[in-house]
Amino acid sequence: MVKYFPLKSGVFRKTVGYVRAVDHVSFSVPKGRTLGVVGESGCGKTTVGRLVVRLIEPTSGEIIFEGNDICKLDQKDLRKIRSGLQMVFQDPQSSLNPRMTVKDIVGEPQMIHKGVKGVDLREKVQILLERVGLNPDHMYRFPHEFSGGQRQRIGIARAIALNPKLLILDEPTSSLDVSVQAQILNLLQKLQSEMELTFLFISHDLAVIKHVSDHIAVMYVGKIVENASKQTIFKQPLHPYTQALLSSVQVPDPDYRPEMIPLKGTVPSPVNPPSGCRFHTRCPSSRPICESTEPQLVPVGDEHFVACHSVNA
Amino acid sequence: MKGATRTLLTIRNLRVDFYTYAGVVKALNGINLEMIKGETLGLVGETGCGKSVTARAITLLVPAPGKITGGAIWYGGDNLVTKSEEAIRHIRGRKISMVFQDPMTYLNPLYTIGEQIAEVIMLHQDVNTLLLDEKISEIRRKLEASDLSEDERDRLTKQLGAMKEKPPRFSKSARKKRALSRVIEVLRMVNMPDPEKVVNEYPHELSGGMRQRAIIAMALSCNPDLLIADEPTTALDVTIRAQILELLMQLKQRLNMTILLITHDMGTVARTCDRVAVMYAGNIVELAETRILFKNPRHPYTVGLLKSIPKLVEETRELTSIPGSVPDLINPPSGCRFHPRCGFAHTICSEEEPQMIEIEPAHYVMCHACGKPSYFQKMN
Repeated sequence: MVKYFPLKSGVFRKTVGYVRAVDHVSFSVPKGRTLGVVGESGCGKTTVGRLVVRLIEPTSGEIIFEGNDICKLDQKDLRKIRSGLQMVFQDPQSSLNPRMTVKDIVGEPQMIHKGVKGVDLREKVQILLERVGLNPDHMYRFPHEFSGGQRQRIGIARAIALNPKLLILDEPTSSLDVSVQAQILNLLQKLQSEMELTFLFISHDLAVIKHVSDHIAVMYVGKIVENASKQTIFKQPLHPYTQALLSSVQVPDPDYRPEMIPLKGTVPSPVNPPSGCRFHTRCPSSRPICESTEPQLVPVGDEHFVACHSVNA
Repeated sequence: MKGATRTLLTIRNLRVDFYTYAGVVKALNGINLEMIKGETLGLVGETGCGKSVTARAITLLVPAPGKITGGAIWYGGDNLVTKSEEAIRHIRGRKISMVFQDPMTYLNPLYTIGEQIAEVIMLHQDVNTLLLDEKISEIRRKLEASDLSEDERDRLTKQLGAMKEKPPRFSKSARKKRALSRVIEVLRMVNMPDPEKVVNEYPHELSGGMRQRAIIAMALSCNPDLLIADEPTTALDVTIRAQILELLMQLKQRLNMTILLITHDMGTVARTCDRVAVMYAGNIVELAETRILFKNPRHPYTVGLLKSIPKLVEETRELTSIPGSVPDLINPPSGCRFHPRCGFAHTICSEEEPQMIEIEPAHYVMCHACGKPSYFQKMN
C-alpha cells in the first residue's frame, strides 16, 4: 500500500491564549482509500481538513503530499499543486458564491489553472455536470435555484474539475435529508472508483463514516485517540471514548439496544483542555496516571493505534 | 382510527396553507392523527414534509403567511382551532408545551435562565395561591404542636380564619422568590449541573446540552399534559443527544406526560417512540407501532427511506436512494403526492388521492397499492 502522506500539525494560536484545536495530530491516508475522521463538536476534525489543504496555516508540522512537504511551499508553488488537493464543504449554501452561475462556479478552476475559456470551458462544464448527475442545461442558473442536494453536487463538480488526487470532504452530507444523502454518498463512491480518488472524509455521523471509510480516526478535543481499520474500530474499539461513542449512537432498529456507556460531564473546551489525557475527566476507566501524563498514540495491533494508559498498560 | 377515552388530542382533516408571492403552498393536506395518553408518538419525515407545521398548528403558532384553512384539533373537549387567542394562551405553555430545535434561538440572550423560566411559572401558575396554600399548611402544622399555649392557639386560629375569608396578596418579590425556587426544582429535575448557579447565568454561558435542558425545564415547569418536541436533539453531539433523550423518557414516566417527538432521524425514533407516523409532502403516509414500522414497512416511501439510511450494524454495499426529489407544494402532483417517485404507481395513483387504510391491526397506510393483495407479490 502506497502511503500517501503523513501529517503532523501543531498548536493553533490565539493572542489571549491557545485554542489547541489540533494538537500534534499524525496520520496518513493510503492512496485510493478513504480515511474517515470522526468526532464530536470541538474535536478539531474540521480544522484538520482545512489544514491539509492549507486553507488555514498550521502552527507547526508537516503535510507530505506526493512526497513533498506542502507546508514549505510558497504561494506560487502551492497554487501549482493545489489542483491535486480539493475540498467539498459542509454547507452547500455558503460554499457557493450566490452571484455566480453554475457554469462560472464549476468552470472557475479550469479557467484559473488551465486557462480554458469560451466553448471549451462550456464543454468541460457540461461533462462535469453530467458526471455528478446534474442537467447541463441548468448551467446558467444560480445556486439558489437548486435544492440542497443539487447544490452539493455542484460543489462536488467544482472539486473534481481538475482531476484531483485527494479530496477532503468536510461533513458533505450533514445538512441533507437522509434520502438525498444516500444519493450523494453513492455518487461519491462512484467517482472515487472511476477517478481513483483518495478521500479524507470528515463527519460526526458514525453510520455514514462506517459506510464510506476504509480506515477511521477518532478525535477528541484536538487529538486522535484511536485509529484503525473500519472493521477493527467497530468490532474491537479499545479507547473508552470510542466505546462510549459507539454505544450512544441511535440506530434505526428498535431491537438494537446496546449497553449505553454514560459519560459524565461535558466536552472540555480546547482552550483549556484537561491535564494529561484530555478524556480523563469523563472516562469510566480513569486512573491517577491519566491526570498527570498524556498517553501517546501507539500501535496495539495490525494497523491499530490507541492513545490510552488503560489499554497500553 | 379508533378513538378511546384514553385519547388526549385528536387532529381531524387538518389543512394548513401558506400564502406566498409564488403561490399557495399546500403544506398540510388534511391530516388525521390521534394521540393516546402517555405515549411517545414520533412524527418523522424529511424537509418540507409538514411535520414542523403540524407541531406549530397544534399550538396555534403557525407563522404568517401560513393559516389553518380547514379541519379541527380536539383537546379537552374543545376544538382549538375555533378558540380565541386568549383561551389558547392558557393552554399553550401550560397544558401543551413545546421544545424546539435550536435552544439558542429560543432563549432570550438578555435574561438569565432563572428569570426566563420564572416568567413562565409566574405567567401560568398562580404563584399567589401556591404561597397561600403553603402558608396555610404552615399554620396548620403549628396548630398541631402539643405544647401550644391557649393564646397562641387563639391567635393562629384567627389568622387561619382571616386568610381563608380574605386571602392576602403576596408581594411581587415574594412571588418571584417562590417562582425561582420552583425554577431550581425543575432544573434539578432535568439533571442540570449546579442549578443554583445556572439560574443566575445567561444562555451564552451554558453549553448546548445545558441550554437544551433549560428549554426542557421551561417546557415542563407547568406540568403539561402534552410535550411537543421538535427536533430537540438534532443540534447536539451524539453523546449528549443520548443523555437528553434518556432524560425525556424518564421525565415522561415521572410526570405522566404524552410526548409528540418530531424528527427526521429514524435512529432517535427507534429508540424512544411507541408509535410512529411517517409524513411526506403534507400527508401522513404510514402510522404504526415502532417495531412494526421498522420490521414491516409498507408504504413505498417508508421502505425507501429505511433503505437509504447507512446501517451501523450491518454491511451495506450501496445505499438505495429514492429517485427524484420532494415535490413543489404549490403545484403538488395530482392524486397521490408520492406517485412520481413511486416504483409501484398504478394509473389510479395519479388520478385519485389515496385514503388511509388499516392493513393490519393498528397499522395504517395511505396508498392505493398497499390495499391490494397483488402489491405484496410485487414487493417481494
